[in-house]
Amino acid sequence: MLRIPCPWCGLRDQSEFRYGGPAERQRPVRPDAASNEEWSAYLFYRDNPRGEYRERWWHEYGCRQWFAVTRDTVTHEFAPGGPVTGGRAE
Amino acid sequence: MSQPFRLREGGRIDRSRRLDFRFNGRRLEGHAGDTLASALLANGVHFVARSFKYHRPRGIYTAGEEEPSALVEVGTGDRRTPSCRATQVPLTAGLTARSQLGWPYPGFDLGRVFDFTHRLWPAGFYNKTFKWPGWNVWEPMIRRLAGLGHAPRERDPDAYEQVNLHCDLLVCGAGPAGLAAAQVAARAGLRVVLAEQDGDFGGTLNQDAIELGGMPSGQWVAQVTQELGATPGVVLLPATTVCGVYDHLVTTLLQRGENTSWRECLWIVRPRRILLATGAIEQGLVFPGNDRPGIMLASAVRQYLNRYAVACGRRVVIATNNDSAYQTALDCHRAGIEVAAIVDSRSEVREELRGALQDAGVPVHPGSRIGATRGGRRVRAVRIEGADGSSRGGVATDLLAVSGGWAPRVHLLCHARGRLHYDPAQRCFVAARVPYGFVLAGSVSGMAGLQTALVSGVRAARQACRELGFAPPSTELPIATRSALEPGVTGEAVFAASRQRQWIDLAHDVTLHDAELAVREGFDAVEHFKRFTTSGMAVDQGKTGNLNAFSALAAITGRAIEAIGTTTYRPPYVPMTLGALASAGYGERFAPRRYLPAHVVHRHLGAHFQDYGGWQRPECYPREGESPRASIERECLAVRNGVGVFDNSPIGKIEVRGPDAAEFLHRVYLNDVHGLETGCIRYGPILNENGVIIDDGVFARLAPDHFLVNTTSGGLGRILGLFEELQQCDWPDLQVVTDDVTSKWANFTVAGPLARDLLAPLIRGLDLAPQALPHMRLGTGFLGDLPVRVLRVSFSGEASYEINLPADAAAQALGLLLDKGEPLGVTPYGIEALMLLRLEKGYLHFGTDTDGMTTPDDVGWGEIARRKPADFLGKRSLARPGNLDPGRRQLVGIVPLAADGPLTPGAHLLLGDSRRLPQPTDGWITSAAWSPTLRRHIGLALVRAGRSHLGEVVTAFDLGRRQAARLVAPTFFDPQNERLRT
Amino acid sequence: MRGYSGFSLLRHAVGGHRGWPRAWRQVDRPAARYDVVIVGAGGHGLATAYYLACRHGPLRVAVLEKGWLGGGNSGRNTQICRSNYFHPESGAFYERSLVLYENLSDELNFNLMFSPRGMVELAHSTEELEIFRRWANAMRMNGIDSEVLDREQLRRQVPGLNLDGRFPIVGGFAQRRAGLSRHDAVVWAYARAASAAGVDIVQDCEVTGFDISGARIQAVQSNRGRVSADRFALCVAGHSSHLAAMAGLRLPIESIALQAMVTEPVKPLLDTIVTSAVVHVYLSQSDRGEIVIGGGADAFNSYAQRGVLPVMRETARAAVELMPCLGRMRIMRQWAGVCDMAPDVSPIVGLTPVENLYLSTGWGTGGFKAIPAGGETLAWTIANSRPHELLRPFQLDRFASGCLIDEGAASGVAH
Repeated sequence: MLRIPCPWCGLRDQSEFRYGGPAERQRPVRPDAASNEEWSAYLFYRDNPRGEYRERWWHEYGCRQWFAVTRDTVTHEFAPGGPVTGGRAE
Repeated sequence: MSQPFRLREGGRIDRSRRLDFRFNGRRLEGHAGDTLASALLANGVHFVARSFKYHRPRGIYTAGEEEPSALVEVGTGDRRTPSCRATQVPLTAGLTARSQLGWPYPGFDLGRVFDFTHRLWPAGFYNKTFKWPGWNVWEPMIRRLAGLGHAPRERDPDAYEQVNLHCDLLVCGAGPAGLAAAQVAARAGLRVVLAEQDGDFGGTLNQDAIELGGMPSGQWVAQVTQELGATPGVVLLPATTVCGVYDHLVTTLLQRGENTSWRECLWIVRPRRILLATGAIEQGLVFPGNDRPGIMLASAVRQYLNRYAVACGRRVVIATNNDSAYQTALDCHRAGIEVAAIVDSRSEVREELRGALQDAGVPVHPGSRIGATRGGRRVRAVRIEGADGSSRGGVATDLLAVSGGWAPRVHLLCHARGRLHYDPAQRCFVAARVPYGFVLAGSVSGMAGLQTALVSGVRAARQACRELGFAPPSTELPIATRSALEPGVTGEAVFAASRQRQWIDLAHDVTLHDAELAVREGFDAVEHFKRFTTSGMAVDQGKTGNLNAFSALAAITGRAIEAIGTTTYRPPYVPMTLGALASAGYGERFAPRRYLPAHVVHRHLGAHFQDYGGWQRPECYPREGESPRASIERECLAVRNGVGVFDNSPIGKIEVRGPDAAEFLHRVYLNDVHGLETGCIRYGPILNENGVIIDDGVFARLAPDHFLVNTTSGGLGRILGLFEELQQCDWPDLQVVTDDVTSKWANFTVAGPLARDLLAPLIRGLDLAPQALPHMRLGTGFLGDLPVRVLRVSFSGEASYEINLPADAAAQALGLLLDKGEPLGVTPYGIEALMLLRLEKGYLHFGTDTDGMTTPDDVGWGEIARRKPADFLGKRSLARPGNLDPGRRQLVGIVPLAADGPLTPGAHLLLGDSRRLPQPTDGWITSAAWSPTLRRHIGLALVRAGRSHLGEVVTAFDLGRRQAARLVAPTFFDPQNERLRT
Repeated sequence: MRGYSGFSLLRHAVGGHRGWPRAWRQVDRPAARYDVVIVGAGGHGLATAYYLACRHGPLRVAVLEKGWLGGGNSGRNTQICRSNYFHPESGAFYERSLVLYENLSDELNFNLMFSPRGMVELAHSTEELEIFRRWANAMRMNGIDSEVLDREQLRRQVPGLNLDGRFPIVGGFAQRRAGLSRHDAVVWAYARAASAAGVDIVQDCEVTGFDISGARIQAVQSNRGRVSADRFALCVAGHSSHLAAMAGLRLPIESIALQAMVTEPVKPLLDTIVTSAVVHVYLSQSDRGEIVIGGGADAFNSYAQRGVLPVMRETARAAVELMPCLGRMRIMRQWAGVCDMAPDVSPIVGLTPVENLYLSTGWGTGGFKAIPAGGETLAWTIANSRPHELLRPFQLDRFASGCLIDEGAASGVAH
């Protein structure tokens, strides 16, 4: 079971959280001007690294805050997290 | 005589309490404090099991959890439990146990035919044969032959518990190192959990005759246990096995209950540090005929002797490659058991050992090994031979105690991604990388003397204290004044050729021949070797045999054992009861039931309840003698012709507030939000970025900066998560907050031509006249004294008022509506009637008429989406070729051609009058029912380019049945929406 | 392939089994040049090599494996073979695979213990049963066998099933031809047959990079030297993103861990494969007698071949809820595999933007059942430089065009 460091609540059990995928996703500034390929790159293509990964978690059954945190996808070790910066551009 | 092999004195059993038990129908007797194994051995019973593959007689090999052979079925009826280790079953009065394999009975087993024909069944034989005439012919027979014991057929009557615990230090193992460590940590003020798989603390101190500070070791154990028990914050867990270590040190422990209301208890411990003091497991020896009953681990023989006062035989031969088994010889000699010989594979034996045994008159054979054994149900004789194979004579014996060295119990370390390396000096795998959070003490990090174990316990505990910021206290340790012999230099594993089979895995009947065959066929990678021979894959997971299996692989391939590596140890360390893992989280507790705030009223009305998205909701309200079907139609007609009340409380309700609330929702919804005036309501779908509809519902503008959003009851969590993610991560610049108010508000829908007649006299402060409160408007008022919000929205096609009111007044309000509505014939209606009403109206039901591929255009929202200039979630995806494909499925109405034929939801459709299958489907029926209002069968369907095929005939296929139907516009009732305008 | 039979077993028994040849040739170093280099000696890589060598030869083919062959998901799955798919594209592909499985023991001369014992999906509400009916009918439209079962049929076919649990079972739907096949045997049989057809299988050979010039790969670099070839294929479930990145490709793939566990073996208890999407568990019994239990995947990206505790406990709860008689049985072993998930949970097999690089990924949690058809069609695709007919819908371009093949979505689940 993961013990996840919520930046606001401290270490909590995984069951309190929901996973949210990569922390920063660059949404095309003007989607209607983006090509199908560019749009699909934003929608579907992922770095999926083996090792450190910056990702979103939601402390759903806690403070209900979304945060970004770096986790090693092999060892599952977390580095301290913080707010998500730079999401979908609008 | 009862218990002929019980010694007259000694042991830790309670001789005053005699316990009767049955084994294979035989009535036997043991004492309190016995295990089933020790009680059987006290009665001279060695042959307790048949082996897995060859059905050979097998005995009790160990005294603990590592037992590979003595698996028995314990209990009867629904408490019958297969594959219990006799060595771990505490003896209780009336216990019933039996051997698992053996037909017609364990003593005479026709399955022995596999033993006599063993040459036909080498490892992996099943890969090469049973192909003709077909595996399906052979499989039933093979399945019946495989498997150990029978699973119960009934529900487990016993209960299981679960405890969650946080602590600073989890000490695994309460042997000398673990006890010393726990004492230091407890004195330093750490919250300590001390877990020991045995029922008694002490570990090897219970196995051997040991003195600490001149006193029997038991006194020291009692003293430390007492001190720990009296220290606040310390949790002592005897009879508790640490089963698995998961991410971030979260650990599962399984405790066996005795005289408790539960059978087993699952502890989930979240320690800050784990101190492993799990000791080591003695390994078996590989030699010809090494599997007979009466062949046991030397440490087990010692444990039965010292702890249970049981002599495992009258005349023992000891075979070893290290010093520790000499202790068995000395202890046996002291207990009056004749030691016939010590066979030591090492050519050099320490002088003092030789001397001690010479004094006892025990012949020692250095540089020799067991060349063969004899005996059917019990070993009777062994032949000793020299390293060169020369015979050194036969010895009659009824007990062969073996020791092949020791392997540290490093399994938990591996669960946490610790790495092992082979230590050639100790001939075992030890920790190469200790994972974060672990400290090691005692022989888990390599065999050492008792004194060293005690010191390492203290040292490890002090390290944990310092890491956690506690000041380690000073401690004085007892001096071991009498201890057991340590292994010393362990000899190489020797594999000699022989006509007799040599077993490297007793539990799975794997022989040295199998190992050679595996290498011959190229299965020499350690994992291939394991999977090909199945060595180490049995219920014991190779605890006493892995080292020998790897040594055999090394010897056969001529590689160094370091180069071979080990297989991966995975949790659980010992098999865990499924019921304990589930710990009562099944049955009614599998998922909580959510009840409507007015549940009592519905129950009083005789509602049939069904689970919808976790909510217990009324399906229908049958009257006495009325079928559900009739009830649903009656309820439906009541709404069409009079007035009905529906409890819609589970509908998702989210409040969205802030100066940017409108902009926020405008970016979310497919349709326009900015243009919605205060007091107005709009219906719209929400898409994901892939352009698929993920929810639908109405949203209402309560104030310029305040919206109420309805979601489907099942979609609430998803939409709420989306809103909070958008607001916090993606559009943090927008000033908006969202709040889930679902459970704060009850929601009753009052619908039908008489709805206003019912409500008008009851609602104060709000004009319900159609011009004052038309369709898709809202207002506030009072129902009696209750403040209510009234939304004119309709999912039935009738004039309909959704009354939102505080949830705690729900029962009262529903009672009032039903009471006051009685003269009007008000009818409560359930979900089934609602589904009929919306189907007649052609309103789509999210999740029924849509699926995870449905886009706005598929259900008629394409034009609105295209007309909205601003961006919204998923908009861009709607312009991809796949979304613009004219062959996409579209939602249309469908009616059967023959007047009497009902349509089946789930039937597939082909355009035209089609007969032949297979063919690519043209769509399927999503909803269908008999309409009591229209008195005909109607349905909705997703059909390829359906809107361009309206009026055409299609063929419906349902599990071999064929039916003609016609596609029509999806609105069957009141297409002009006249009823909504009243 | 020949050589394995009851008769040969008898003959070798006389000789003490000393005469058995190696199942596959030992190749310590790859040659400097091949026609096709396949990275990854799992089921898919080996099957691709086998079909390339046997059907499209003569070709010099090498399979490079970082560890031991079959060490990835091929050896850590729950052995289920089925073709109960909704979409015609999936149905056609997986049906081909099932048909190949039905005759594979003969073709490869290796008993794969293919056991078509049927698979039952349980419906816990009338709504779910309607969706299953839609699904069962979709299979019939695709020409694949399917049945809808009522409670009585389920009671007879799955003794011990708890029909009246927290979520009562109202019915189910079955594919009779679905079954189990011994996972290691499938890998070993393809390895043996491929090796016999001349394929070099090199174990302990880790690819460390690609030599790329222009839009073509010239060679792979490995810890056992440089290997050049005309064509390259990646069949590396659990490592796809990593290896594709070496070739300069980014993929629509996320890797997650899926865990499973087995109980101690018992006498026959369960004769079919039983699954429930509501209770979230699938159960079967191996020929050895172990009850094999699978559940949901861990809900976050992971390359750890181990499962998390909450999912394990949820799965245990579900197993006991569905079959209460399992309560006293004990879990002997748990493990996990790393699954490469595409956004629509359908595979991506075929050509890539790199001219001579072919890809087989996105098998999600069900790559095992796809091994024969995956190998057969990828081999054809490599040999012909264009997607095999069955693979045409499963190309990378579907993510830009929006023509996804979403099986989960078809069962009414929006995600």
